[in-house]
Amino acid sequence: MSSTDISIHTDVHAHEEHDHHHDQNFFEKYIFSQDHKVIAKQFLFAGIFWAFVGGFLSILFRLQLGWPEATFTFLEPILGGWIDNGKLDPEFYLALVTMHGTIMVFFVLTAGLSGTFANFLIPLQIGARDMASGFMNMLSFWIFFLASIVMFWSLFLETGPAGGGWTVYPPLSALPQAIKGSASGMTMWLISMALFIVSQLLAGVNYITTIINLRTKGMSMTKMPLTVWALFFTAILGLLSFPVLFSAALLLIFDRSFGTSFYLSDIYIAGEALTNTGGSPILFQHLFWFLGHPEVYIVILPAFGLVSEVIATNSRKPIFGYRAMIGSMIGIAVLSFVVWAHHMFVTGMNPFLGSVFMFLTLIIAVPSAVKVFNWIATLWRGNIRFSTGMLFAVGFVSLFISGGLTGIILGNSALDIQLHDTYFVVAHFHLVMGAAAFFGMFCGVYHWFPKMFGRMMDEKLGAVHFWFTFISVYLVFMPMHYIGIAGFPRRYYNWTGFETFNIFTDMNTFISLAAIFGFTAQFIFLFNFIYSIFKGRRATENPWHSNTLEWTTPVLPGHGNWPGEIPTVYRWPYDYSKPGAAEDFIPQNVPFSQTQSSNLPSERELE
Amino acid sequence: MITFAIGLSIVLLFVILFLLFRIGTLASIFRGSSQRAVGTTRTSNRVNSTLFLLFLILGGAAFVWSFADSWDTMNLPLASVHGEWTDDLFWTTMIVIGVVFVITQILLFIYSFKYQHKDDKRAYYYPHNNKLEIVWTMIPAVVMALLVFGGWKTWTKITSAAPEDAVVIEVMGKQFNWMVRYPGADGQLGVAKHTLIDATNEFGVDFSDPAAKDDFMPMEIHVPKGQPVLFKIRSRDVIHSVFLPHFRVKMDAVPGMPTKFWFVPTKTTDEMRSETGNPDFKYELACTEICGRGHFAMRYILVVDEPEDYQAWLAKQTPFAEQNPEVVAKFSSSSSQKTVAENNTVVTTEEVKSEL
Repeated sequence: MSSTDISIHTDVHAHEEHDHHHDQNFFEKYIFSQDHKVIAKQFLFAGIFWAFVGGFLSILFRLQLGWPEATFTFLEPILGGWIDNGKLDPEFYLALVTMHGTIMVFFVLTAGLSGTFANFLIPLQIGARDMASGFMNMLSFWIFFLASIVMFWSLFLETGPAGGGWTVYPPLSALPQAIKGSASGMTMWLISMALFIVSQLLAGVNYITTIINLRTKGMSMTKMPLTVWALFFTAILGLLSFPVLFSAALLLIFDRSFGTSFYLSDIYIAGEALTNTGGSPILFQHLFWFLGHPEVYIVILPAFGLVSEVIATNSRKPIFGYRAMIGSMIGIAVLSFVVWAHHMFVTGMNPFLGSVFMFLTLIIAVPSAVKVFNWIATLWRGNIRFSTGMLFAVGFVSLFISGGLTGIILGNSALDIQLHDTYFVVAHFHLVMGAAAFFGMFCGVYHWFPKMFGRMMDEKLGAVHFWFTFISVYLVFMPMHYIGIAGFPRRYYNWTGFETFNIFTDMNTFISLAAIFGFTAQFIFLFNFIYSIFKGRRATENPWHSNTLEWTTPVLPGHGNWPGEIPTVYRWPYDYSKPGAAEDFIPQNVPFSQTQSSNLPSERELE
Repeated sequence: MITFAIGLSIVLLFVILFLLFRIGTLASIFRGSSQRAVGTTRTSNRVNSTLFLLFLILGGAAFVWSFADSWDTMNLPLASVHGEWTDDLFWTTMIVIGVVFVITQILLFIYSFKYQHKDDKRAYYYPHNNKLEIVWTMIPAVVMALLVFGGWKTWTKITSAAPEDAVVIEVMGKQFNWMVRYPGADGQLGVAKHTLIDATNEFGVDFSDPAAKDDFMPMEIHVPKGQPVLFKIRSRDVIHSVFLPHFRVKMDAVPGMPTKFWFVPTKTTDEMRSETGNPDFKYELACTEICGRGHFAMRYILVVDEPEDYQAWLAKQTPFAEQNPEVVAKFSSSSSQKTVAENNTVVTTEEVKSEL
């Protein structure tokens, strides 16, 4: 195995100074820290906080959907004016679904997932002291924090937070006359998202630079763990697509505040005809989905990476088809830019365009299928250790299959006519990018917790958490397919006025019960997480017997990650259960000269 | 007092759960299982891998049962020609993905069970197999190509230009109801402009346009069975979406950009009543694009008549201009000529857009 080493390691001497610890005060160490590990934890805590907020909002609207005739007077103390005589306000219902979507997609599954693991794993797995720019990295978190504050604040406005759906299609989102949420709630949504995009760009530039420039000696691109590959593509996707959302948001801000007509034309609302002409609401949809579609891969690619790593480690087998895994990620990343209009088949877009986007969309099924087959092939004849991380990884593959397959139906423009904006879509994306990405995140948290906090999470509680979550996810989303096939529309406050849709009361009650059960189970995780930070069993340096570089650091790596020199890398990260080797794993920093009994013929020359 | 009791019992419940958790932890330390690498203890591995197997069997059974149980409700009665094509394509695709779903889930869970950790076993070092990988890349590629072809053929047929003799109906969405306009005897919809909208003239029809004179706006949509129907769809405020679930029809109503959808109804309302056994059955039109407070309540009724009943119904309708002479009177001849002149350009651009 020959490799070209293009890493830069001229600054080895500078790093030796890190051994003499210069004292940091509390703020430098924990608040405005430039250490990637601390920033990763900050993203993780923020992500967990947001996940509980987003989950709680979904429980509120599931109550409404499950029991449309009931009165919820017990919610009055927390919802105040949004609940009138125990009845949820319809506009508040829309605000709930909007904020649930925004929070989960951006603040949890983008910032919380790739923010945490890109920051934590990139330097540790490629053998770097820190990110290329620690300062930019810190800035990225604090701008995200600012975005979080603005978004959280908007929840408490009298006119409510944004309420036009997480996709904020104008004119609904542009006109305060159309819905209360389009008043100051929408302004704050746009400000928050603008800040969020800045944070993502700062982070993305940093991740890409770090991966390209700061790999340790011997760490060629083809020796990188799949996690780093996945996070690399995620960063590229984010860097190329988030600016487009920024421009969409900017034009919307102009339309809202400065009287322009980018998205508005021929509108008569609230008793008056507006003067805007010539704008196109479809333009916004094109711009939005140009980010929006890569966004779902920004969410799911890190999960691919984490899951690949955890499955290989715990199956005690090399990941099957390492190069195919990278190739399929490249395929998915490239294709993700040219499929956005499959969200728009029935918007009145040119039908020919629909045919093109159907073709491109269905191609994505091929690399996705390859990934699934490779994960299953990795399990085959393994020696599987069911750590909690591994449970979530297997759960991830199952959910990804279930949710991904229905994408083949929705990507077909002819079939999308009936299914567009029904619960079939809701079921599809919640399984494939909602629940699956959450499972990827849990998988990562349970697996890298020992390196983050120097302690182990409780495995039994972890298993209970996994099984409750896994079962409830299927109980919630499987029935949604059935009502979706029947045409039940999304974002309906109440469906009892329609004879076609009012036959699903029992099903909706069932889904709501399952959702409440699933949400409650997350408190097991919360307890386990917080308890284990302080009282968990102490971890060893390499508790999972894993090959990647982060496990060669001390139990609690300090600033600079390795106390001495950065280890040199000799081999790929997946030498598990190699025939002839003494142990069933050979870390990346073990030279071939020490493993003569297990070297393959092609590796002899590297001894 | 009762709140206090409930609170206290919840606290006690948590205390008990916490104690159980502590006892479990201490017991595992006592047994020494905490000394082993995670995932290599016999019980936890056996329990989790067996649960995966159980999940496969019980979950699979629950899925099959619930699917069969919901079969009748999930298959909405069908009443259009193209709906049959899309329904067929849908269930064909469902069978294809169903096969993949079953195979992959079974392999995933069976492997999880079968290859659980054993102390005396070693995993099989199997990093790649190019032949296998090419095979399982090609198979989905071919299947996808077939599905794309099927979808493309159906989609092209559905979105092709409407036949010349299609019944033209304008459907307009507004917060929060639908309104429809028929072109009347001349078959031409009069020009409409959003600036002309007021409380009575809700479409903003320009009544100086001769084509507008016989336009009428009924309270229900009536369409003849077996004839092509062309919906010209627009919105006057925010985006809405026309959804006729029984006809497999959906198209957004976009302000400033007219859209259209044509279909052929195959069953009259009466026929559907006898088919479903529901004497009150009505075809419903719903909104499927979030549009504000009343989004969930934009219900409109569509009636499919036998062609002769449809003609009888048409004959009974009175044009809007006749019902509201005071609205028409507002369009004085001088100003109206100007608007017509302006609107001619509007019409042509609209036509260009809707031909896309």
